[in-house]
Amino acid sequence: MANTMNINLKVWRQHNENAQGHFEEHKVQASPDMSFLEMFDVLNEQLIEDGKDPIAFDHDCREGICGMCSMVINGRPHGPKGGVTTCQLHMRSFKEGDTVVVEPWRANAFPVIKDLSVNRSAFDRIIASGGYVSVNTGNAVDANSILIPKEVADTAFEAATCIGCGACVSACKNASAMLFVGAKVTQLSMLPQGQAERESRVVAMVDQMDAEGFGACTNTGACAAECPKEIPLSVIANLNREYYKAKLNGK
Amino acid sequence: MKLDAKIPEGPLEQKWTKYKSSVPLVNPANKRNLSIIVVGTGLAGASAAATLAEMGYQVSAFCFQDSPRRAHSIAAQGGINAAKNYQNDGDSVHRLFYDTIKGGDYRSREANVHRLAEVSTNIIDQCVAQGVPFAREYGGTLSNRSFGGTQVQRTFYAAGQTGQQLLLGAYSALERQVGLGNVKMYARHEMVEVVKVDGKARGIIARNLVSGKLERYFGHAVLLCTGGYGNVFYLSTNAMGSNVTAAWKAHKAGALFGNPCFTQIHPTCIPVSGHYQSKLTLMSESLRNDGRIWVPKKQGDTRHPNDIPEEERDYYLERRYPAFGNLVPRDIASRAAKERCDAGYGVGPSKMAVYLDFKHNMMHKYGRAEATKQGISNPDDNTLLRLGKELIKEKYGNLFDMYKQITAEDPYEVPMRIYPAVHYTMGGLWVDYELQTTVPGLYALGEANFSDHGANRLGASALMQGLADGYFVIPYTIGNYLSNEIHTKPIPTDHEAFEEAEKRANERITGFLNIKGTRTVESYHRELGLIMWNKCGMARSEKGLKEAIAQIRALREDFYKNVRVPGSDSGFNPELDKAGRVADFLELGELMCLDALAREESCGGHFREEHQTEEGEALRDDDKFLNVFAWENKSNHDYELHREDLNYENIKIQQRSYK
Repeated sequence: MANTMNINLKVWRQHNENAQGHFEEHKVQASPDMSFLEMFDVLNEQLIEDGKDPIAFDHDCREGICGMCSMVINGRPHGPKGGVTTCQLHMRSFKEGDTVVVEPWRANAFPVIKDLSVNRSAFDRIIASGGYVSVNTGNAVDANSILIPKEVADTAFEAATCIGCGACVSACKNASAMLFVGAKVTQLSMLPQGQAERESRVVAMVDQMDAEGFGACTNTGACAAECPKEIPLSVIANLNREYYKAKLNGK
Repeated sequence: MKLDAKIPEGPLEQKWTKYKSSVPLVNPANKRNLSIIVVGTGLAGASAAATLAEMGYQVSAFCFQDSPRRAHSIAAQGGINAAKNYQNDGDSVHRLFYDTIKGGDYRSREANVHRLAEVSTNIIDQCVAQGVPFAREYGGTLSNRSFGGTQVQRTFYAAGQTGQQLLLGAYSALERQVGLGNVKMYARHEMVEVVKVDGKARGIIARNLVSGKLERYFGHAVLLCTGGYGNVFYLSTNAMGSNVTAAWKAHKAGALFGNPCFTQIHPTCIPVSGHYQSKLTLMSESLRNDGRIWVPKKQGDTRHPNDIPEEERDYYLERRYPAFGNLVPRDIASRAAKERCDAGYGVGPSKMAVYLDFKHNMMHKYGRAEATKQGISNPDDNTLLRLGKELIKEKYGNLFDMYKQITAEDPYEVPMRIYPAVHYTMGGLWVDYELQTTVPGLYALGEANFSDHGANRLGASALMQGLADGYFVIPYTIGNYLSNEIHTKPIPTDHEAFEEAEKRANERITGFLNIKGTRTVESYHRELGLIMWNKCGMARSEKGLKEAIAQIRALREDFYKNVRVPGSDSGFNPELDKAGRVADFLELGELMCLDALAREESCGGHFREEHQTEEGEALRDDDKFLNVFAWENKSNHDYELHREDLNYENIKIQQRSYK
């Protein structure tokens, strides 16, 4: 292979949710044009050929949109580059001979399934508690009868680009899910379609977030700094505003 | 077997309306006693599960990913078509219908496609009502752009992530029903068997991918919304987990497979960079609104693209197809790129790429408009570029970022290098007008069926079809079946049909683990992909296909002797999941080659080298092949071909021309 680089990996291994985990060291030959996950593919093929247990990790679209990949790389969710997911991180971001430490998301609300895979179904339950507009199929009016100023649509879209990966929770010292919840609440509270349930939605989602065991927000901003989709911290301010308004109105 | 598409009588424009008003209904009390299994939670599955639950049915939904929101519809970029005519450019239901039939090279059903065009407008309304943040104009109305194979602007979009926004809309609707207790959601579950009782689909065996256990689920009907099988080529724009397993198990349980060789090779993808490559990344077709495709006029030109003067560039799509230019359909654009590269005009390190260049429109379309708006007279080139860049960023920013991330080149400064890659499969389970397969009670929706795109799908039509099937078609058509099932009590899952299906699945899994060979599953998949790409890809020939069939058979035999699947059947074991999927791809690949071999004509994305016009365009043979190929699985390697004739009563069939 032309242009190879040697990487020392320290990877978290944990057989299942209840097992004790530990770090395991591996050496991999990578190419700078490989993605970080392709480097793991190479390692796993090696492990299988050597009769060892391959490393379990979540991944699917490998183009930064499905939100499935989830590795803490050298202490940072999705690695050293801003605005990208693990699958979009390339080995050219590392140097020959680097030691790279890889761990799963760590949060009580995201229990480890195996190695680097975690269970993020808590996010689904938060959406199920209120992250929607209650409109059954067939009830819609003509799309252009709802006029939405471009700036409003753009801001709602920006919040809606959250991929639900959980990097925000992983980055937060309190394992708070405020950025995730704030993004959905902001999207729907800005749009005319979201007004009918505006107050009940935010209260239900925050209640569910607390019930799942996510921590409180102390405004350190680590979530927004690590978010691969660069969801701004302002969605948390907005979430707080929406929540207090709803509470003041007796929701 | 006589294939009955069950197309309603009457004039084309009234078929669906009449069908809807005369199809039997199930009353609300009975709906509560009927259960429906939905496999897959992409656009088709999530929209179907949510809508059927809203109607009162008991729904169970399954996905192999860790959350229904991750289904690969999420990655669709450019947009969704609808015949709204908001741009006042002459669009209509009939035009969308016509464009889709023509785009598909006259190999799809008139009645299905017309229905699709009719409900397209409802989809946009429904998504907006859910809060899907489509792009808008300053006045607050929805914005549109153009896609290939059309001369109107009917594509609705949300930057370069329309699929994400539509899927999150459908996912929200689905989660709402989960919260209300109307849908039971099973994530990290993979369907491995269809269970049939007295000839009807009555449930599934699903493998819990976390515990490894096989689980049994009963349903009065089963809906497969499991997407396409492009990953049979190993490298494709599909997600790593996208697979044919559910559809293939249905096929083996008696569902005919329609037009399996109809594959869409998308013209604008980031080229392969090395042998370790695990997938290919699409650059949305919407980029062809503003990007111009070219290669140097000189063979083997190694100059930097910015150093090649205008007069030494060959804008070959604009040259060959002046009427549609860069917006010809995907099959045509892909073949044209391959033709240039094969002839020695390719660019980049591998010489298997062409340029997609935004500079012209960045400056002269957007830069100039913005300069006028800002009152800058006589702007210089740098000003035009700077102003234009901002607008390009707004339209395609995430795609440009993705390109830069993968290639380490900045597409605002140098043209993108692109090459065709496998993207979508028009083929799939054969379904009738009601989306029912040849197994009663077993339905296929979205990309998993073969139905609406003929031999080539137009851009921005996959999202349209997935949501049409899920929101607006199946909720009606399933009533025709379930209205006869109101007396059917739930079948206990200790029924022998469940026992046998589970036993089959279990034997297969134990079989993989017991081979204990030396080669990884991945290595087989890679080898299969290469055979498929070289011999059943953009160009196919009798000789190549026959070779491919022999190679695939040998590879499959070797797989069952030498594959190594680590771990056990209990607990989380992604390698075992992959082994099952690759085993199914090894069977499907053979069928695709058989299908391509039997269809001795070229049409749409299916290009047989023996059948082309003097100009190298696809040459159809309507006398022999104006029909759907539907294959029945008799036994190992033994398939029987059935045909459904296509009757064109409203459209005059022509040689497809985009000149």
